[in-house]
Amino acid sequence: MSIETDKNATYTEPGVAGVVSDWAADKQAFDMPWGKLMMWIFLLSDTFIFSVFLTSYMTVRISATDAWPNASEVFALEIAGVHLPLLLIAIMTFILITSSGTMAMAVNCAYRGDKKKAVTFIVLTALFGASFVGMQAFEWTKLITEEGIRPWGNPLGAAQFGSSFFMITGFHGLHVTGGVIYLLWVARRVSTGYYDGKGLEIVEIAGLYWHFVDLVWVFIFAFFYLW
Amino acid sequence: MQHVALADRPDELHDPQTFITKYVWSQDHKVIAIQYGSTAIFVGLIALVLSGLMRLQLGFPDTFDFIDPNSYLQFVTMHGMIMVIYLLTALLLGGFGNYLIPLMCGARDMVFPFMNMLSYWVYLLSVIILLASFFVPGGPTGAGWTLYPPQAILDGTPGYDWGIILMLVSLAVFIVAFTMGGLNYVTTVLQARTHGMTLMRMPLSVWGIFVATILGILAFPALLVSAIMMLLDKTLHTSFFMPAVVSLGENLSYEGGSPILFQHLFWFFGHPEVYIVALPAFGMVSDVLSVHARKNIFGYRMMVWAIVIIGALSFVVWAHHMYVSGMHPAFGFFFATTTLIIAVPTAIKVYNWVLTLWRGNIHLTVPMLFAIGFIFTFTHGGLTGLFLGNVTIDLPLSDTYFVVAHFHMVMGVSPIMVLFAAIYHWFPLMTGKMFDERLGKWHFWCTFLGTYAIYLPMHYLGFLGVPRRYFAMGTTDFIPESAQSLNAGITVAALLVGLSQLIFLYNIFKTLRSGEKSPRNPWGAASLEWQTADVPPHHGNWGKELPQVHRWAYDYSVPGAAEDFIPQNHPVTEDEQTEGH
Ligand code: HEM
Ligand SMILES: [Cu+2]
Repeated sequence: MSIETDKNATYTEPGVAGVVSDWAADKQAFDMPWGKLMMWIFLLSDTFIFSVFLTSYMTVRISATDAWPNASEVFALEIAGVHLPLLLIAIMTFILITSSGTMAMAVNCAYRGDKKKAVTFIVLTALFGASFVGMQAFEWTKLITEEGIRPWGNPLGAAQFGSSFFMITGFHGLHVTGGVIYLLWVARRVSTGYYDGKGLEIVEIAGLYWHFVDLVWVFIFAFFYLW
Repeated sequence: MQHVALADRPDELHDPQTFITKYVWSQDHKVIAIQYGSTAIFVGLIALVLSGLMRLQLGFPDTFDFIDPNSYLQFVTMHGMIMVIYLLTALLLGGFGNYLIPLMCGARDMVFPFMNMLSYWVYLLSVIILLASFFVPGGPTGAGWTLYPPQAILDGTPGYDWGIILMLVSLAVFIVAFTMGGLNYVTTVLQARTHGMTLMRMPLSVWGIFVATILGILAFPALLVSAIMMLLDKTLHTSFFMPAVVSLGENLSYEGGSPILFQHLFWFFGHPEVYIVALPAFGMVSDVLSVHARKNIFGYRMMVWAIVIIGALSFVVWAHHMYVSGMHPAFGFFFATTTLIIAVPTAIKVYNWVLTLWRGNIHLTVPMLFAIGFIFTFTHGGLTGLFLGNVTIDLPLSDTYFVVAHFHMVMGVSPIMVLFAAIYHWFPLMTGKMFDERLGKWHFWCTFLGTYAIYLPMHYLGFLGVPRRYFAMGTTDFIPESAQSLNAGITVAALLVGLSQLIFLYNIFKTLRSGEKSPRNPWGAASLEWQTADVPPHHGNWGKELPQVHRWAYDYSVPGAAEDFIPQNHPVTEDEQTEGH
């Protein structure tokens, strides 16, 4: 099906009026497939969700009546007798950021038409994501069993510490898990040829989501572990 | 580069074959719209019955055994929540948004029909969860539609166990449904318009729905997160919103949370929510007024910008609901100022509606009556809003019936007026049949006059100091006995208004069964939705070719034109061009 563009449409007004008429363009306001725009708008909404989570965390941290536990000690690992604050979380962050790199590779390969490589990189990204979730499960287990931290209270101080930690990292972990499933589903569809002839923008769309989840993690990391 | 919408791909536009794919698991935006609309009207009727029960209690206290203080609070809560979220939001966006956006923009469907379909089914699920709370132990929550903690989840509030849990879950599910639909509405408006349909040629209905959906996408997150946190406070005994509480002589396990945080989050959602229901109404009423006055809308560009500016400002006024929460006076000053600034674009809109009527060729059809009724009720509710927006005037009026009267006028009755206008206006398009005008006029006059009979006296009750959310006034020194007779009168009016909605239902069902066929474009409207290949439009809307748009949607009574309106898809003639259009 051929799509004709309105060749007579010229937008040459200067200044604010020109900006307005560019945006008010014929047919589509942004030069991108609708799926990509939809993902952007969804991510905008999700940004608000995480912002509200983090703002609420800051508020209860201020309103809490008990002392706030020292994060770098709570999240320390003891390896071969050496005390290493924030080690696990550093590794997790590193893995997640690496996975953003492999995702970018996947997008690049997809646009160059190299389906095989694209699928490989997507699956690799999903594996990094899965290992992130695995390590998060390990961290949760350690906090619950060894440190006795519960959503409703903990021996180290303010109950809100555990509540917001489990809630926010849990919500982010769900995003990563969902992302892993989404990526595997995309990889499958790409490799079975579902998108042949329709273009592989879907890889970039999935990539947008994945980068977003990474970016959010950087904020959670900064506010939770470094503050 | 032009990108192809899903619905423009012949291989993706499955033509529904069976009854099930056509009417039940349908991906057609028009069917989904009607599913949304009828579900919303159904729950709305429940909310209407609840308000009747409340009015019975208030008008004639000590008469009805089955209403006790607890059930009164439950009725208030469920009535408010259903009206605002499950009726108005769902009907305006899920119903009219779905129906009008693709038709008015010249698209074959929403960009992602499958997700659009899911949106409806998830919405239905949220409604079922909500209604289930009537049948659980303890009944639905009685916390008020604002659900403020700590009381919402503590012993002493009705439905503090199952009721509140189901309410929060239902809201979360509703938000998921809204997001799936909302992403579709916004993306369709931005990316799937037909040739020539620039944003500045879109009918104002689409503008209102579009901006309202963006508001929803940005405001519902705050409600979602606070629902999650309150659920955790309730089920896992976390203390996000819960300070240390002594309840019935017992120290509860909560400590150190912030109830004010909830208020901020709730109203960060709650105020934009007011505009989520108002902006689509603004848009649709503009179109109805223009069509039935046979005159172009006055100040189209100004109307668009006013919608956008009101939408943006609605995110910085939320704490005007919290003047009595003990916040810092400087905040009160800030939020009072922003609140009063919103009045400016809002007033511009009202002037423009009136100026659209001025020297128009006004046809007092049923939709037009409701649209003009809206101008009255909205102006009225807006003016009392100016009172409540000022800190010093709000302090004594807060939590009285003045507030109840204000928000019913501005966000209860006014959107409902527009909804009726819209239903009557687009009914011939949706069904191909023409309703009974005479019954429609009866419906209008009962509703319009009844509304004033209900809410005008309530302002006065508010000045007397009668508090809201009270089961009975009891014997209070400062409230004269005459207030009780006023209350009885209000109740009579409310019941009559409630009953008069039966006229509407009867009219609809009668027309569906045996109504006469409507002419193709009975109101002579210029916008695209009336120019479809068939009326009512079929799946895919436009037949073989998408329409080509050449002009805005308001070419009425153009001098020299053959008819008194020129459809949007008619090419510009040479005469018009020389006149500099
Ligand atoms: C015939 C129509 C209606 C009647 C008779 C009616 C009556 C009432 C009554 C008696 C109350 C309780 C006042 C109190 O005790 O504080 C109430 C509350 C409320 N109504 Fe309506 N109402 C009607 C329509 C609507 C509509 C269309 C909306 C849509 C926005 C709406 C929204 C609310 C809200 C948000 C509350 C506050 C609930 C709360 O305090 O938690 N009502 N209404
Ligand atoms: Cu407000």
